[in-house]
Amino acid sequence: MLRDITLGQYYPSGSVIHRLDPRVKLAGTLVYLISLFAFRSVEAYVVATLFLAAMISISKVPLKFMMRGLKSILFLLLFTSIFNLFLVPGEVVVRIWKLKITDAGIETAAFMAIRLVYLIIGSSLMTLTTTPNDLTDGLEKALGPLKRIRVPVHEIALIMSIALRFIPILMEETDKIMKAQMARGADFESGNLIQKAKNMVPLLVPLFISAFRRANDLAMAMEARGYHGGEGRTKMKPLEYKKRDLAAYLILAGYVAVMFAANRLKIVPALF
Amino acid sequence: MEIVKARKLAFEYVKLDEEGRVESRSRAVDDVDLDVQAGDFIAILGHNGSGKSTLAKHINAILVPMEGTLFVDGKDTRDESKLWEIRQTAGMVFQNPDNQIIGTIVDEDVGFGPENMGVPREEIWQRVEESLKAVGMWEYRSHSPNKLSGGQKQRVAIAGVMAMRPKCIVLDEPTAMLDPSGRREVIQAVRELNRREHVTVILITHYMEEVIQANKVFVMEQGKIVMRGTPREVFSHVDELKAYRLDVPQVTLTAHELQKAGIPLPNGILTIEELVEELRKVRKA
Repeated sequence: MLRDITLGQYYPSGSVIHRLDPRVKLAGTLVYLISLFAFRSVEAYVVATLFLAAMISISKVPLKFMMRGLKSILFLLLFTSIFNLFLVPGEVVVRIWKLKITDAGIETAAFMAIRLVYLIIGSSLMTLTTTPNDLTDGLEKALGPLKRIRVPVHEIALIMSIALRFIPILMEETDKIMKAQMARGADFESGNLIQKAKNMVPLLVPLFISAFRRANDLAMAMEARGYHGGEGRTKMKPLEYKKRDLAAYLILAGYVAVMFAANRLKIVPALF
Repeated sequence: MEIVKARKLAFEYVKLDEEGRVESRSRAVDDVDLDVQAGDFIAILGHNGSGKSTLAKHINAILVPMEGTLFVDGKDTRDESKLWEIRQTAGMVFQNPDNQIIGTIVDEDVGFGPENMGVPREEIWQRVEESLKAVGMWEYRSHSPNKLSGGQKQRVAIAGVMAMRPKCIVLDEPTAMLDPSGRREVIQAVRELNRREHVTVILITHYMEEVIQANKVFVMEQGKIVMRGTPREVFSHVDELKAYRLDVPQVTLTAHELQKAGIPLPNGILTIEELVEELRKVRKA
């Protein structure tokens, strides 16, 4: 049950995309997501599809892994599609009893579905090709300017990386407590949802206590090793842009330009 | 030269009730005098709650004395402006290996201390390499700490402290959560550091076998140092140790029992070889 939650779903294949600076990948993902919502034409979506397909093939990550993320939004996908299909006003195409499907409804439903799917695939492409560590490093560096308006960027990044380190440890601990409680007759399986939630109490209380104890220990260990905030700290593995990162930024700029152009083309007139 | 010097050191844990009134006081460290020479390997023994961990935390300035004084390498631990210097001079390794590793990769964790000190990058890498090699964990530099055994994790933690180039390492029950082979690994690594790098080691433990290599042994009970001396001197007093709820090494105990049964053996036998040698002498005589 708990094993299904994977935050660091890194898939090592050693491709160019894997070796890119995490900042490039963050920027790329962000630009791609914005482009999905900024443009709404068949041509632009063809470009977006080609771009995504190209990136997936370069990354050498099996498509199966990309699709895994879709499972979690399947319900949301169905839900929004059905609502869009039946509730958007426009010219009626099909009528089933009291429900009307309109042309605008079909269009909106299709676009929304594509957007959601690409959004998930696009962002899992980033998490699949970037180690959680690189990701936090990238975030810290990319959000650096926010320090001026007193956002504790370094602290946030450190919290994230510590959280990542402790996920497997706490997972193991959960497992241990669960087994210990089961040996004492606790029941985590049966009953309805409310009962199941109640049964979690003997699991969560010890887990929380232990997590706090660990936090206390860790804080002491960090202090003992001279941690006193981000000030005056040097970096062992600083992020540095390389040539390939520049090339990646250029490709990204090219993608945005093509999106703009494709959106203007209007080869395919409005569908209906 | 003295690296740690405590005079009449005392520390109290004060328990407050909900209204902030003093509910109870417990004197965890009481009137302790301690002198540790640079390059020494000393061991502090004591039963649970004897105050040995509290004493250890003073040496790293995590706790500051309530009464008395403590000087680490000539610096008063109550002087807040010297806090980071003191923490760099006296590194500390804790009991639970999982709760003291900060990095998600071994080399990153070892680099954490030097990073905090603002050491330039090339030097950090150099220090990381040196200290990982010193504890024999260099091959594991790009591993995740989660995949290491307890003994290996604890060695990484020691490397993390070594990378700060401390003059003294305080180990607070570093082997309490390890299996016997992990325990051996860690003690071996510590002994090597003491011998080769001449780092002062203060080992806090309740495993007697780990104490035998020490130059000096201190036994604590209820916040006080009740026995001090070389391992041989301390282990000569088997009955006294038992009164402090401490075990003695099995060989020493056997020798003691034989002594009581009337066989003329000297006090404070520490190794099997010694016992065999002494028994031979007895047979000849």
